[in-house]
Order: sequence, then structure tokens, then C-alpha cells
Amino acid sequence: MTSDLIVFLVLALVAISTALGMLFSRNAVYSALYLVLNFVTVAVFYLLLGAPFIAMSQITVYAGAIMVLFLFVIMLLGAESLAPSRSLPWQRPLAIALSIILAVETIYLLFARGPSGAAISAPEASLNTMDSLREMAMELFNLYLLPFEITSILLLVAMVGAIVLTRQEKGGQK
Amino acid sequence: MVLVDYYIVLSAILFAIGALGVLTRRNPLIIFMSIELMLNAANLAFVAFARVYQTFSGQIFVFFVIAVAAAEVAVGLALIVEIFKTRRNINIDEMNSLKG
Amino acid sequence: MHLSETVNTGFYFLAPWLVLAPVAGLLINAVFGRQLSEKWIGAVASLASGASFVVSVLLAYSVWVGHGLPVSVPFAEWIHIGDLKLDWTFRVDSLSTTMMLVVSGVGTLIHIYAIGYMHEDVRFKHQEGRFARFFIYLNLFIAAMMILVSGDSYLMLFVGWEGVGLCSFLLIGFWFEMDTLARPSWANSDAAKKAFITNRVGDFGFLIAGFLMFWYLGNSFQFDEVFQAAPAVAEAAPWVIVAITLFMLIGVAGKSAQIPLYVWLPDAMAGPTPVSALIHAATMVTAGVYLITRSAPLYTLVPQAQYIVAMVGAGTALFAATIAVGQYDIKKVLAYSTISQLGFMVAAVGMGAFVAGMFHLVTHAFFKALLFLSAGSVILGLERGHHAHEHHGHNDHGKGKKKEGKKIPQGGSALESGHGEHDNHGEVFDPGDMRNMGGLRKTMPVTFWLYMIGTLALAGIFPFAGFWSKDEILLDARLHFTSVYWQLTIAAFFTAFYMGRQVWMVFFGEARSDAAKHAEESPKVMTIPLMALAVLSAVGGALNLPFKGFHQFGHWLEYTLGEVEALPLDLQVAGISTALALLAIFVSWLLYGRSPLKTGQPDPLKKPLGFVFTGMENKWFVDEGYGVLLITPFRRLSQFLADVIDWRFWHDFVHDTVIAGTYNWLSDVLLNRYADQKGIDTFFNSWGSFTQRLSGSVRKIQNGFVRSYALSVLLGVVLILGYLILK
Repeated sequence: MTSDLIVFLVLALVAISTALGMLFSRNAVYSALYLVLNFVTVAVFYLLLGAPFIAMSQITVYAGAIMVLFLFVIMLLGAESLAPSRSLPWQRPLAIALSIILAVETIYLLFARGPSGAAISAPEASLNTMDSLREMAMELFNLYLLPFEITSILLLVAMVGAIVLTRQEKGGQK
Repeated sequence: MVLVDYYIVLSAILFAIGALGVLTRRNPLIIFMSIELMLNAANLAFVAFARVYQTFSGQIFVFFVIAVAAAEVAVGLALIVEIFKTRRNINIDEMNSLKG
Repeated sequence: MHLSETVNTGFYFLAPWLVLAPVAGLLINAVFGRQLSEKWIGAVASLASGASFVVSVLLAYSVWVGHGLPVSVPFAEWIHIGDLKLDWTFRVDSLSTTMMLVVSGVGTLIHIYAIGYMHEDVRFKHQEGRFARFFIYLNLFIAAMMILVSGDSYLMLFVGWEGVGLCSFLLIGFWFEMDTLARPSWANSDAAKKAFITNRVGDFGFLIAGFLMFWYLGNSFQFDEVFQAAPAVAEAAPWVIVAITLFMLIGVAGKSAQIPLYVWLPDAMAGPTPVSALIHAATMVTAGVYLITRSAPLYTLVPQAQYIVAMVGAGTALFAATIAVGQYDIKKVLAYSTISQLGFMVAAVGMGAFVAGMFHLVTHAFFKALLFLSAGSVILGLERGHHAHEHHGHNDHGKGKKKEGKKIPQGGSALESGHGEHDNHGEVFDPGDMRNMGGLRKTMPVTFWLYMIGTLALAGIFPFAGFWSKDEILLDARLHFTSVYWQLTIAAFFTAFYMGRQVWMVFFGEARSDAAKHAEESPKVMTIPLMALAVLSAVGGALNLPFKGFHQFGHWLEYTLGEVEALPLDLQVAGISTALALLAIFVSWLLYGRSPLKTGQPDPLKKPLGFVFTGMENKWFVDEGYGVLLITPFRRLSQFLADVIDWRFWHDFVHDTVIAGTYNWLSDVLLNRYADQKGIDTFFNSWGSFTQRLSGSVRKIQNGFVRSYALSVLLGVVLILGYLILK
């Protein structure tokens, strides 16, 4: 039982429990806050895996921007909790069973070939250097330049779309 | 000794929890959050494999996923707001006007 | 070779224009007829016919230059079935060019005459709009007649044969909604139908002859091929040739108005006079004579058939001549005269005297067209006189007199209403009745002299055309068939007699009606073509003078017919016929000229001849006999077939009771109750309800809940993963 493994197990426990918390909270605001916690945990995993840039992106974009947007909308709509309704009574047990089967199947598929044996080395070597970030940027802006530009257009379209959808029509209609 | 397999198992569990959220919750905002959770689970697997194979492609892919998720959330939330404005209700089970 | 040389140098390539020119004329008049004035319509039609004549002249010249070698000018492919090739080919030889010249030459003169004639006729009948139609039909006739005489095969000849039959029908019924006196009636259209139906009987014979020919004579209709195959067949099975020639004779009897099918021709006088002249005297009715002449190689093989043809011709000549004596209508006399003269021709070609027959055909075309057209001029002169007098009368009597009854209907609409009026106003003036004429010599001098020339030519007086051609026939008959000779000689006597009677009655003595008193001469557009015909009638005999070194026409036809005997003038025959003709004219003068007929006086022949003259007057009751013998039984049979066989037996019993009843029963009991309701309905209804139930259960999946759709997706993912695991 190395310290690496202990850290991983603890963080994994936090990630799973915050995810379950998000899932089972009655109040949507709590769900959002649980999810923020989950995202932060995942960001730590990214750091452990030697991906500091992704970890930072995760915290700023997900935990910061997106989740703030969620909270904002929840409070705007006053949709903290919905009135209980019992439509689709068979949906919940079936969903739980299927999800468990999904997880089991995935894990089984992974371990059916036997463990990979690929160990994740300690992150210290690349953690505090700018080399990995530079190399990643080199690859992003050389090999993946076109997808990068298309992504920017996608964001622009999403922005325009969001504005158009929620825009108040002149004359008070809508 | 942490094997990459552990990360994959964690990723699978998180993905399953996200899927469960999509299927069981009636609040579209929480369904949305569950989808984000599933995306995160996938991202985690990407980064883990990138680490194993010592390549940046996985990380770059995650980067794109984050960007797309941001766009998706912007549009999705705009839709939810619009639906709420129209129907004064966001219960996913009542959005069935396309029912055959 | 000589042949190809002449084909290249001659005008043979023009042959299709024989037909195309009149077709072009009729198309122009058909399309622009309403816009063009009468002068232009007449000019177009006459030019079209004239173009045909020019082509005929050029073709005749080419034959002359080419030493009479027959030339075939292929024009269009028609029917190709396997090895059988039936094409439209023009045949240019001395015989066909002779016919072309007669048809287009006389035809063109009649076209010109018709411009003047129809101008007045349509006005007297108040149908000005029909002027163009008349010329369209005339051009159509020329085209069809050209197809007939220029065809290279019996098939094309038959096409033209039917074409001229159609034109004859259309033109006889030109005033279809009135009778010859312009009273509303269907008499004219009945006459047209009579002509058409009688001709169908003849055409039936022609068709059978054609089938036999095709079957036994080399599977061809082409003249040369048929004639080539004929001698061998005549050796092996002479009855085939006899049958072909006799069936062909039935066709000839129909078209050329021979016993027993001549009855349509007198009624055909219902058509306008130019039609009577062109179709029912000069050209179409001679098609039968042309057919026999063309088929000379067949007829000469079977003397029995020739004998029958000659007897039919001679009998017709005599029989029709006697009827002509008792007729009062100026055109009817000429019609029976035409039948009689056609009998001369048929008798001639039946005896093998093809040159004589064709010669008489040509001269007859001249003088009979002249006579008919002059008769038309007389009739119109009387019409003019009648109208002038009526008009005059109105002025005299002032307003007190009620307006004269409508003598002329305003067209079809007057048909019903017109009948009553006529009964109130008594007799309608008949401008064609010779009893209404008399003394026209003074009022219509030009027509008189023209008519005299025609009469002398027809009567066979030296030196007019008819003398030469008739004497040639008589001479041939004298040498070959004595009985035919005597029949024809007596017919010639009657011919001179009835023509003399006609001339005395029409032109001499005193006018027997106001119309005749006020008759007016015809305009120049009518008389000038008549003068041309008169010249031809006078000198036409020069074509074939029976003296050594002449016989030009005979030699011309020798190109086509082979060697023909050139008979010298026989003074005995000529003397007898001329003497008889002069005697007949003298007798007619005694009866009609010396003491002219008075108004209302019966015919002077009536007393001495008694019932014989009654028979002549009534056409020997042939029409009535046909009515009793053929038409009444035919009507009865039709009635019986229609009422009893068709309606009661077939319709009521067989169709309604047996077939429909059985069918109803079958369909109701078997098919409806068992097969349909129990079997088919059950089967398809089960399918339908099954589909409904299936879709009812499946549609529950589509419940509108997004979450359950997502569940389906997840289920799919799980299943795919499970498959991967179990694989």
C-alpha cells in the first residue's frame, strides 16, 4: 500500500460520493455544489496524471464558468426542486439495474484481458516544468490547428445561438 | 503503485452514475449536470490513457471536449430558459408534445 | 442501255407531281379557302389541275421520245412484310399517259368552266360558303384519278379506284340537304349513298379478283409480274383466269355503270353539272374500261370471259339507249347516253378491240363533257331566265301579292320548315326538264352551236370525233361478234334518235315556259372551255384515222398493248351506221322538230309506242325491280335479323338470360358469398386486425418521455457491450 495508492483511493472515494450526492440531492443547488466538488477532485486527478493545463482548464471552465452558469439558471428559474410526480414508475429500478450492468460490463471488459500492468509514474517529474505545456501547445497549434479553429467557430455559433434563443422580441411577444 | 486500470474503473463508475442521473431525474438541469459528469468521466479516461501512451493527443482531445461542453451548456441552458418562459414548467416528463 | 438513258433524259421524275399538284391545290383551298375570293379559289384549283396536265404532257413526250418503253417511277414505300413489298410506284407508258392526258386535260377545262358555273349555282342555292369546298373535292378527285391511272400495280389502282369513288360520293351529295330542284330533302344524299353502295358491290368483285390474282399469279399485284405469271396459270388452271376476269368485270360494272350495276349513274346527276361532266361522263366511269385495257394480257387468255364482257357491254349499250329515249330531264338523257356509250367501250375492250375502246373513251370524254357542260349552261340559262322573270313579275304585281314561296332553302335549317311551304305554292320550276325548254337557239346561240357539235359527235356523224371511234368499234364487232355488232348498231340508231329528240326539244320550236323565254347566255368563263372541248370533239377523230399510214393512236397504244390490228375504213359499216344515224335524226325531226311540242302536250311517242314508251319513261322499272327483288327482301331480312335474331334471341335470351343470368348466379353465390366474403374478406381482415394490434403494442414505446428514450439508448449500449463480452 503505497502513498500513491492511498491518495488515489481517497480521492476516488470523494469523487464517487460527490457524484452520488449530486445524483440524490433533492435540491438542485446542492447538486450543483456537489458537482463542483466532483470537478475539483477530477482536476486533482488530472494533476496526478501529469496534465496541469487540463487541470486548470477543468477548474476555470467547468468548476468556474459552467457551474456558475448552472447555479445562475437554477436560481433564475426557481427550479431548486420539482413537485414530485410518479410518472414512469418502472423507469427508476430499470435505470439502476442497467447502470450497474453497464459499469460491470465495462469493468469486466477492461479486466477480461487481464490487467494492463501500465503503472502511472509519479507526477513530480513533469509537474512543475513548462516543458510539457510547451510541447502540448506545439502539437495543438501544428497538428490540430484546424480543429482548434473550428472549435472557435463553434463557440461563436453557440454564443449567437444562446443570444438568439433567449432574446426578447420587440413588442413584448415571447 | 497506481495502475491505469484503476482510473478506468473510476471513470466507468462515474459514467454509470451520470447515466443513472440522466435516466432517473426529472429536472432537466440535473440531467444536464449528469451529462457533464459523464463527459468528465470520459475525459478522465482520455487523460489516463494519454499518460500511459505518453502522448498529448488525449489531453488535446479533452481540451476540445471542454470547449464543446461549454458551447453545449450555453445553448442547452438557453433552451431550458426559453422552455420555462413558454411553459412555466421544466418537468422533463411534460415535454412530450412530439409524442406520436 | 436505252431504257436508263431515257430515264435520265426524260421527264419521268416529274411523275409524282401528277398527284402532288392537285393535292397542293386542295390543301391551299382547304386552308385558305375562307380568306380567298372565288376567283382565286378557282384559279388555284385550275392551276393545280393544269400543272397535272403539263406534267402529263411532259410524260407523254418522254414516252414518245423513249419509243414507248414503259417506265416505273418509284415514289414511296408503303407496305413491307417479309419478302412482300408493296410500294407506290408510278407507271408511265403510252396507255397511262393517254389516261393522264384525258383526265387532266378535260379536268382542267371543267375546272375553269366550274368557276363560272359554281359562282351562280351557289348563289341560286344561297350557299356561297360552299364554293371552295367544291374545288377542294374536284382537286381531290383529280389526285385520286391520277393515282388510279398512274399506279404500277393493281393495289395502287385500287387505291385510286376507291379514292375516286369517295370523291364521286362527296360530289353527288354536294347539295346534300336538298333535291335536284333545291327543295329541302335528302334526295341528293340518297343518290350519293346509292352510288357509293352500288360501287361497293363492284369493288367487292374487284377485291376478290385481286385476292385471286395475288394467290395464283405470283404473289404480286404488280402489272408486269401478274401478266408474266398469267400464261402458265392459264395453261394449268384456266378457271383461275376466268374467275379473275369475271370478278374484275363486276368491279367494272360497278364503276363504269354496266348492267346490272348501272342504276347509280342516272341518280348521280344530283351532283352539280361539272361533276356530272368530269366524273360521271368523262373520267371516273371510264376507269373500268381502263382497267380492262390494262388487264388486256389477262383477258386475251380467256375468250369465254371476253365474250361475256362484250355481251354485257353491248347489252348495256342497247338497254340504256332505249331508256334515254323516254327521259325528259336533260341530264338524265345524257346520263343514260353515257351508260350506253360506256357499253360501247366495254363491248369493244371485251372483243379485244382495245384501241377502239380507248379511242372511243377519249373522244367520248371530249364530246360527253361538252354535252354535259352545255347542258349545265342551258340549265343555268333557264335559272337566270326564271329568276329574271320572277323578279320582273314582282314589280308588275306590286305589293299586293304575297312573296313567292322560298324556292331555294337557306340550308340545312330550312329542311324541316321548307316542306310545308312547297305544298302551298304548287309546282317548283324544274330548269332541267326539257318540257320547260324550247327555242333556246335564239336566246343561247353560243350554247346551241356547241351543243350541236357535241350532238353530231355523239350521234356519229361524219367527220366528227364520234364517227371515227364508234365506227372502229362497230367494225371490230362486225369482224368478231355479229350479235354484238347488231346490238351496237341499233344502239347507235337510238343514240342519234334521242340526241335529235333532245336538240329539237331544247333548242327549236317555241319556248314552253317563261324561264325559257327569258333565258340568258352564259358568261365567257363557261363558254370558252366549251369551245375548246367543241374543237376537240370536232377534230378528235384525227387521232386515229382508219387510213393506211395513219392509225397513230393505235401505234401509240401498241407500245403498251403489243401488236394490234389496224383496220381500214369499212365503207359498208360506216355507211350503215351513218345512214341509220341520219334516219334517226330525220325520225326525230318528224316527231319533235316538224311540229314542236306544246306546253303540257304528252310526248308524241307515247301514242304509237304505248306501254313500251311507258317502260322507257320509267327506266324499264329496273329500280323498282331491284326494290322488289333485292331491297325489300333485304330490309325484311335486316328487320328479322335485328328484331328476332339480334334483339330477342341474342340480346334477350342469350345475353340477358343465359350469359348474364348464369354470370350473376355464379358471381353472387360462389364468388360473393363463399370466395369473397368468407375467404378473401376473412383473410385480409385478419391481416388488418393483426397489423392494428401489433402497431398498437409497438406504439406504446413511443410514449413521449425523453427519459425512456434515453433508457432505450442505454439498453442498446448495454446490449452491444454484452454482445462484445459474449463474443
